[in-house]
Amino acid sequence: MAIPSYAGPLERVWYYLYRLICAAIFFFLIVPILVIIPLSFNAEPYFTFTPEMLRFEAEAFSLRWYADIVNNEQWLHSIKNSFIIGIASTLVATSLGTLAALGLSRAELPAKSLLMGILISPMIVPLIITAAAMFFFYSAPFGSDFALAQTYTGVILAHAALGTPFVVITVTATLVGFDKNLIRASNSMGADMPTTFFKVIMPLILPGVISGALFAFVTSFDEVVVVLFMAGFEQRTIPRQMWAGIREQISPTILAVATLLIIISTMLLATIELLRRRNEKMRGVTY
Amino acid sequence: MAHAVEEAGPARPLTMADGTPLKVALARATRRSKIRAFLLVAPLLLFILVTFIFPIVDMLMRSVDNPEVNEAIPQTVAELENWDGEGLPQDAVFAAFIQEMGDRSEGQRRNIGRMGARLNYEDGGFRSLINKSQRAAAKIQDDPMQFALVGFDERWEDKATWPTLDALAETPEFAEVLPETAALLRKWETGNSPFAEKTPKPETYPTLLTELESAQADGSLDRLLPLVQAENEELAALLEKTATGAGEIRENPLRFALVGVDPDWGKPRTWTIIKQVSSPITFSYYLNAVDRTYDIEGNIVMQPEWKQIYVQLFMKTIYVSIGVTVACLILAYPISYLLATLPPSKGNLLLILVLLPFWTSLLVRTTSWIVLLQTQGVINDTLVFLGILSDDNRIEMIYNMTGTIIAMTHILLPFMVLPMYSVMKTISPSYMRAARSLGANPLIAFVRVYMPQTVPGIGAGSILVFILAIGYYITPALVGGQDGQLISNFIAYHMQKSLNWGLAAALGTILLAGVLVMYWLYDRLVGIDNMKLG
Repeated sequence: MAIPSYAGPLERVWYYLYRLICAAIFFFLIVPILVIIPLSFNAEPYFTFTPEMLRFEAEAFSLRWYADIVNNEQWLHSIKNSFIIGIASTLVATSLGTLAALGLSRAELPAKSLLMGILISPMIVPLIITAAAMFFFYSAPFGSDFALAQTYTGVILAHAALGTPFVVITVTATLVGFDKNLIRASNSMGADMPTTFFKVIMPLILPGVISGALFAFVTSFDEVVVVLFMAGFEQRTIPRQMWAGIREQISPTILAVATLLIIISTMLLATIELLRRRNEKMRGVTY
Repeated sequence: MAHAVEEAGPARPLTMADGTPLKVALARATRRSKIRAFLLVAPLLLFILVTFIFPIVDMLMRSVDNPEVNEAIPQTVAELENWDGEGLPQDAVFAAFIQEMGDRSEGQRRNIGRMGARLNYEDGGFRSLINKSQRAAAKIQDDPMQFALVGFDERWEDKATWPTLDALAETPEFAEVLPETAALLRKWETGNSPFAEKTPKPETYPTLLTELESAQADGSLDRLLPLVQAENEELAALLEKTATGAGEIRENPLRFALVGVDPDWGKPRTWTIIKQVSSPITFSYYLNAVDRTYDIEGNIVMQPEWKQIYVQLFMKTIYVSIGVTVACLILAYPISYLLATLPPSKGNLLLILVLLPFWTSLLVRTTSWIVLLQTQGVINDTLVFLGILSDDNRIEMIYNMTGTIIAMTHILLPFMVLPMYSVMKTISPSYMRAARSLGANPLIAFVRVYMPQTVPGIGAGSILVFILAIGYYITPALVGGQDGQLISNFIAYHMQKSLNWGLAAALGTILLAGVLVMYWLYDRLVGIDNMKLG
């Protein structure tokens, strides 16, 4: 969007003013995230830049808050929990979601929009309602004594339910550009269903499946409301531990954890971006 | 194929190789592929139904479910059916109530506790009333007349009453007028002996009542009263009053006994509330959620002033959501336009600045706003350092509504930018050029040609942000302080602190209904299939 040569002086002023406004908005978006990173190396237990830090004195920086995480039983436990629950719920969500997306992309499927609505609903219902409903239900499903609340299974199932819509949406989107003739070709050459699925369909939709899986993982990894209501002390995840930290005694350890999470999300973002590009290249779509 | 049709002739239907008609075979094949497609969806459908839809339905039921009173005192409720609501209920109600309240089994005690909590939502005094009555009920069952007397007149509970009567029982007049009572009182072990009893023999109470009644009927009581009066005027008045009411007491001992436990049981209002709350389905949680309640006649009226908070809270939630949506719209429009019109290489780079916050944990972003906005935080420090603020004049930007709105706007901004950006990217720049070449100035060209084409993006982004904002919980809970709390936070409060789950469910159902309406709009406008992620 270069400035056109016929632009008048007023337009030129606006052009630069507009760029300035945009810069300010991008600043607003990104600075809150970036500001945490240097603060997590603060040698003092403060949440603000000390004068020493601003003068870049070496003693003003330290890794003590990172050491805090490593030495803290609770943080380590919650990191472990986050990965266990995240990976398990992603596996459930991805396998069920991919199968469903394959069905949803078939033209013959009856009542498609109703089914889609039901399958997407966990993404639409506000989390607080989901959490409340799951708390009631999982404490005594169908009035039985078989309580899933405060167990790993319960949290994993809940997170899997929250993650499936993302898998369904991304895989369905990938399947839009999928050439059905490839399945017919595979069948006509004598491949059975599983062979066709794993050798033909899967490699082509894999980018969609992986990005769906990443979405599902992030959903679980970042989720705190359901965990607040349903998980016991034993199942505390990283966000739950951060919540407790922010509510009770906010210590710079939280900033160190936050920095680690920012690194993780940057990596996830890069992966998703790579997958998207690969997918576009494979389908010959270029923007 | 054409050859085959000619050969078959018009009389014979088309058939497959095995002889089945083509139509049937086609229908069968279609059905089979339908079933196959459905079987692929079925596992997830079942999973979502069990783990998600059933819990939601279960919660919806809970918002009208009203089992507490019926579970605790079913017979009383059945008897109350026959009460016309005038005056006090019939004695059968009192009898059933005392019997059910007096059951000391573990399960029943829990049921009664729940009933107390449930009734307490209707009227603040109920929990203690029920607890008190539960303790008394078993004793009333053992000795109804003693409690009936107390209920009739509380002077029968005074420490001095019975000993004074006991002393009088020694006189010949007393023994003549009330012979059996006198005999029973003489059997009462008083004083310091190890066998001393606190109260007279249980038979004393009914006997006294019978004898008082007959003594008044034959006039003999008038001979005794002056004597008692000489000893204790108060007691004489009490005896006279009791003699007059004796018939009534003997007829309805349980009613008097219960009223003796707490005068509230003598008010029809108490029973009306119990009757109202005993129906198995209730809308009172919903009424409560919109600041209304049933009055004693069962009409819907406003809650008392100090309890009217939810309508205001819903309105506040809507206003905040609209505010956040508008703020996101204003911030998202310029940068979406920039992203869409820049060359892809630069555009994609800047898009990362939108996507990184989108992928960063909610709690991380909330934490960073706390770090930035708190009174000892980065922004205040900077302002003080620059001399714009004095040190003791730091601005309160967090733990209030301002903090909630700033943090929510930041968190939801990517949800506005992404749909807008994807719409703007499809708008060809030649329209703007055409408008300019036809003589429109830049502003008019932008407003009349470009902006109308971005309306789908504005709509999609706004509804998405509004839906997300209206159910927001985490951010207001962490940075909202007192006045930054939204409806979600009150749902959580009733779930975890006040344990008024029915009200939490009703508030949640109303919120859910609102979200579903918005979602329906979104589906009409954008279509769920077009929902873009990342």
